[in-house]
Amino acid sequence: MTRALPGTAPKAGGAPGRRTVERVPRRRSRGVTAHSLAGMLFVLPFFLVVVAFLVVPLGFALYLSFFTKSLVLGSRFSGLDGYLRAFTDPLLLDGFLRVLLFGVVQIPVMLGIALAGALALDAITTRFAMLYRLFAFMPYAVPAVIGALMWGFLYSRTFGPFSGVTSLFGGDPVDFFSGPLLLVSLGNVVTWAWTGYNTIVMHSALQGVPREMYEAAVIDGASPVQIALRVKVPAIRQAISLAAIFTVIGTMQFFTEPQIMARFAPQISAGYTPNLYAYNQAFAYSNFNYSATISFTLGFVVFVVAYAFVFVSRRRGARS
Amino acid sequence: MTAAVRVRSRRFGEPNPRVPHVVMAAGMLYFLVPLLWVLIAATKSQPDLLSSPALWFGRGFALFDNIGQLFREDDGIYGRWLVNTALYSGASAVGATVLAAFAGYGLARFSFWGKRFFETALLGMIMVPATALVLPTYLILSRLGIVNTVWAVILPSLLSPFGAYLVRVYVTESVPVELIDAARVDRASELRIFWQIVVPMIRPAIVTVFLFTLVATWNNYFLPLVMLSDADLYPLTVGLTTWFNTAQQEAGTRVLFNLVVTGALLAIVPLVIAFVLLQRFWRGGVGAGALK
Repeated sequence: MTRALPGTAPKAGGAPGRRTVERVPRRRSRGVTAHSLAGMLFVLPFFLVVVAFLVVPLGFALYLSFFTKSLVLGSRFSGLDGYLRAFTDPLLLDGFLRVLLFGVVQIPVMLGIALAGALALDAITTRFAMLYRLFAFMPYAVPAVIGALMWGFLYSRTFGPFSGVTSLFGGDPVDFFSGPLLLVSLGNVVTWAWTGYNTIVMHSALQGVPREMYEAAVIDGASPVQIALRVKVPAIRQAISLAAIFTVIGTMQFFTEPQIMARFAPQISAGYTPNLYAYNQAFAYSNFNYSATISFTLGFVVFVVAYAFVFVSRRRGARS
Repeated sequence: MTAAVRVRSRRFGEPNPRVPHVVMAAGMLYFLVPLLWVLIAATKSQPDLLSSPALWFGRGFALFDNIGQLFREDDGIYGRWLVNTALYSGASAVGATVLAAFAGYGLARFSFWGKRFFETALLGMIMVPATALVLPTYLILSRLGIVNTVWAVILPSLLSPFGAYLVRVYVTESVPVELIDAARVDRASELRIFWQIVVPMIRPAIVTVFLFTLVATWNNYFLPLVMLSDADLYPLTVGLTTWFNTAQQEAGTRVLFNLVVTGALLAIVPLVIAFVLLQRFWRGGVGAGALK
């Protein structure tokens, strides 16, 4: 595992260029081979980390998923039984559907707000806009744990200002931690954390769109709203799909917010999300093989969904 | 619409600035409320925290008392968590950035056996959810006996396929092949070309990768939660959660909620400052990844 370390060495060494100078010219004399060898050496440290912390863990998870372990029989080969169990496990399927429902609502809402923010930033360049960009991005620098804690406090009856709002009108205090509102509460935490980041991504893309494109539309008499929706949004479709892909990948791994929020909301069970389920299978029930099966399945599903998304959005982009 | 028409006649093609300003004011309020809350709550003593209005100051100003208590609690373990977090995120960010810069340049400006395949695979690696790797990595590292050490957090954090991808895109766009060839004609070594010519040209991409891996590790919760069991090794995220659990279980017997809140505030201040100060660097870099 320590093989990954040489990558950090050059920077720590301070003047890394000098150290290897005498090695490289020797290879250069071999012409084309020296070139490709140098390229390989540049990629090698990264490649080793990829092998050690991506390929091997995935392979190991796959290997473990073919075995079951019990106190009586020890570890034994069980083929695809683990997957059969996973795909028929109501807890896992519930968690998966919950995350799916969550994503179907939260992702469009968040990306919509981010897009509105990016278009607003693109429309005005005052100090106010600069301030907005800064404030919108700040939650990104806040750890998800702390974001979830802060919102947990804000939602709570003892600490927060919101749950008591309805009692001003004679109603009961709002319970943000149970019923269907729980998923909305969680969605708000994620939206708060990631909207600004996506705003910046989309805004950078908007700045790359040549101004001439708008000028033509203005001369044709298009309103600012028309320009925003018909010219600007299609021009940054790539950036929007990229933001969507990363959001989908992030959502499928949903863990930190529900895990923290579970302290406020007992309704969040051990299988509330697939990732939470995998964690609890490993550390609460010591079912490491089943946990590996869930991890591998989850990784595979996310990978396939993300790839399909890229494929579809590229094809759609090519058609228009 | 009528407002928009009026403005268009006033200033050619410019949208009404009032609409985006209203959108932004609403957004700002939303983004700031939790941060304001934590800022205000950190100035309150435990009784004030429970009795005073949530978004306004309490009777006393206890921020400095809270900070003092924060660093004394459990023999000053909060300071350790702070140092651990800085160490984990600093080491991971430097390492991941160096690896990504090397690899991105290697892929962008060299041709070698297996490169095409690796580039295609790189796109796939970006799509692999990091948390799906954590549990299997834990199982491997526990067999090797290095779980519950700093390496169990730092080494897996060196993996940044998106960083390598970002550098590759940036090099392709901004480092001319002719420049590198000219340097080769002058018999500069490949490493010297990289450090003295390429690195200065791709600095925005490097700063971006560094900042983003720094934040990813600073904010990471799942990896250290799984890898570490010794409280002395915890980063802030895991440490604060354990305090929060205690505060909830022993509500009333120990004064901890004010510490959780103050600890949360101090945990986010360094990164917020870093992002504000380095704004002009990362903004360009975020866009570079989005354009492709």
